[in-house]
Amino acid sequence: MRPDLWRSISLLSSTGAHTRLGRRSLLGLGAALTGSLALGPKQGNAEPSPASPPADAPWSQSIGPGVVDRPYGRPADTEAGVIRRNVPWLTAGTESSISFSPLQDLHGIITPNGLFFERYHAGRPDVDPEQHKLMIHGLVERPLLLSMKDIIRFPSVTRIHFIECPANGGMEWRAAQLNSLQFNHGMISCAEWTGVRLSTLLEEVGIKKEARWVMVEGADGAHMNRSLPLDKCLDDCLVVYAQNGEALRPEQGYPLRLVVPGWEGNVSIKWLRRIKLGDKPWHSREETSKYTDLMPDGTSRGFTWLIDAKSVITFPCPEKPLHGPGLYEIRGLAWTGNGKVKRVDVSTDGGVNWQSARLHEPVLSKALTKFTIPWRWDGAPALLESRVIDETGYVQPTIAQLRKQRGTNSVYHNNSIQTWQVKADGSVFDVQLG
Amino acid sequence: MSSSVKHRALLCAGMVIAAGTFAYAAEPGPGYYGYGQRATPEQIAGWDIDARGEDGVGLPEGRGGVIRGSEVYAEQCAACHGTFGEGEGRFPKLVGGAGSLRHDRPELTVGSYWPFAPTLWDYINRAMPMAAPHTLSADDVYALTAYILNLNDIVPSEFVADRESLPKVKMPNRDNFLWTDPRPDTAAKPCMNACVDPASVKIVSTAEGKNLTPRTTGPLDTMLAK
Repeated sequence: MRPDLWRSISLLSSTGAHTRLGRRSLLGLGAALTGSLALGPKQGNAEPSPASPPADAPWSQSIGPGVVDRPYGRPADTEAGVIRRNVPWLTAGTESSISFSPLQDLHGIITPNGLFFERYHAGRPDVDPEQHKLMIHGLVERPLLLSMKDIIRFPSVTRIHFIECPANGGMEWRAAQLNSLQFNHGMISCAEWTGVRLSTLLEEVGIKKEARWVMVEGADGAHMNRSLPLDKCLDDCLVVYAQNGEALRPEQGYPLRLVVPGWEGNVSIKWLRRIKLGDKPWHSREETSKYTDLMPDGTSRGFTWLIDAKSVITFPCPEKPLHGPGLYEIRGLAWTGNGKVKRVDVSTDGGVNWQSARLHEPVLSKALTKFTIPWRWDGAPALLESRVIDETGYVQPTIAQLRKQRGTNSVYHNNSIQTWQVKADGSVFDVQLG
Repeated sequence: MSSSVKHRALLCAGMVIAAGTFAYAAEPGPGYYGYGQRATPEQIAGWDIDARGEDGVGLPEGRGGVIRGSEVYAEQCAACHGTFGEGEGRFPKLVGGAGSLRHDRPELTVGSYWPFAPTLWDYINRAMPMAAPHTLSADDVYALTAYILNLNDIVPSEFVADRESLPKVKMPNRDNFLWTDPRPDTAAKPCMNACVDPASVKIVSTAEGKNLTPRTTGPLDTMLAK
């Protein structure tokens, strides 16, 4: 029996709807059953679905669950494959690891809260918001301890910003390895954040004039901490408690996190519990042994916070191949830590010729920007690429250009142009060009 | 302004005052909102755990040597990091890799890569052991720091780590970090037509057939380490 029919049967018995609706709906169900059974022996692709015209679908001849059947709500059962995923061989365990957003199944610039990529250094803590406190101290006039109620009382701001792990694409420095949009680009997500400006909190405690740096620290087991220059903190950083209109998810730092717009994700400390002002950076483990970029000459770059401009075609992609020649809409996302996306160009011949794509509103600073361009595919093999130019005039580089500067061991900040190889059968592969 | 308008304006002002004052105009400064509590020295002391890498500011009282460090290490660290810091499975190596940073496959360890010794104390103290972070005594963290530095041949076996000695340890890779971002380090003109010779466009690597990709449909893949 078809799964949807099972659902309508269990639905009726579990809600008790049949006792109230009686004969009419049961008759309808009987008709659906009969129809289904009648179609049963027919097999193969040509079989018309019992829900397709001229048949009326079972869900069109039954009554569904009522309001608050799902008091919170969840995606349709058939969307069960739209999930964050990890690469099990990448890390020792899942507690200090990363998961990837399923960009191949997302359609806009906002990442649904349940699909926002995760990065933990000591697993996901379950923090009690009643007990959670934010301490602000160090080179300040009046050190403070704020409860969540105190923080929510401050003037609020709402902004849309992406967060990207600088290791996004880090497995591709040497060669194309992972045949997937999700695994090569899914360490980025974008949300509407609501909270208080960090500058408001810092002005409230009073910044001593010798303060230059700010250390931010989480309440997780890693006590994850990073140093930030005071100027950035006063510019556009946010201390947020809400994500896409609801409380932060535990995965994203519930009840409180920092958002450092346009900078590498790990500085946007989650489960934020302490802010300390000082005169020098701290050089914590996460900004010395990690999140530093090793160059071919043996030197390393530290404090490389900025997310440079990057774009990727999200359709087609390895997970979403083409089905026969014809007119398609190439779709993708572009972003830059430098502000706004100015232009995105698309090539279908491996970068020989380019055409500018259409940018979709809203085009926001330090947020994902959607682009599309129509493409009539003739069925011949193609090499698809997108290239973003941001408002500073910076042009997204090729992997060859990046390797020339940085070699293959710098792990982080691979913002190179992605090439998708489209084969004649419509399948799509992650490749790199010479 | 006519007297009736003036009268109405005064009435409105009176109503606003009665309901509270809109506060847009005032200039915020320290204590303007007055929310929360002043953090007491005792409260701050409990959470003020950081020690700065470069100068060790924030390192607490206490001390520990290599022998004690080897005992704590065997009990708390060896299961993941290996008996001699060689790393178990995919857990990080702590030892080795000296001189490898220019190699094709560099080994980044405490000895070969970390620029500052106090950072090691800070990190062990704040985040280790992984299953029970921030549970070791300051003395034991000093001892572990001494032991791991000794395993890397950076300090002698009689070395005792404390707030005075640790900042003086010169890590081998200390001077090889650039702390200002040199990017953008690429520049290109966004050419639109006949940008490269079509004959030169060649696929030099492909993910096809590498068998490294977990599945991206259906449930989570359990693909094991390769």
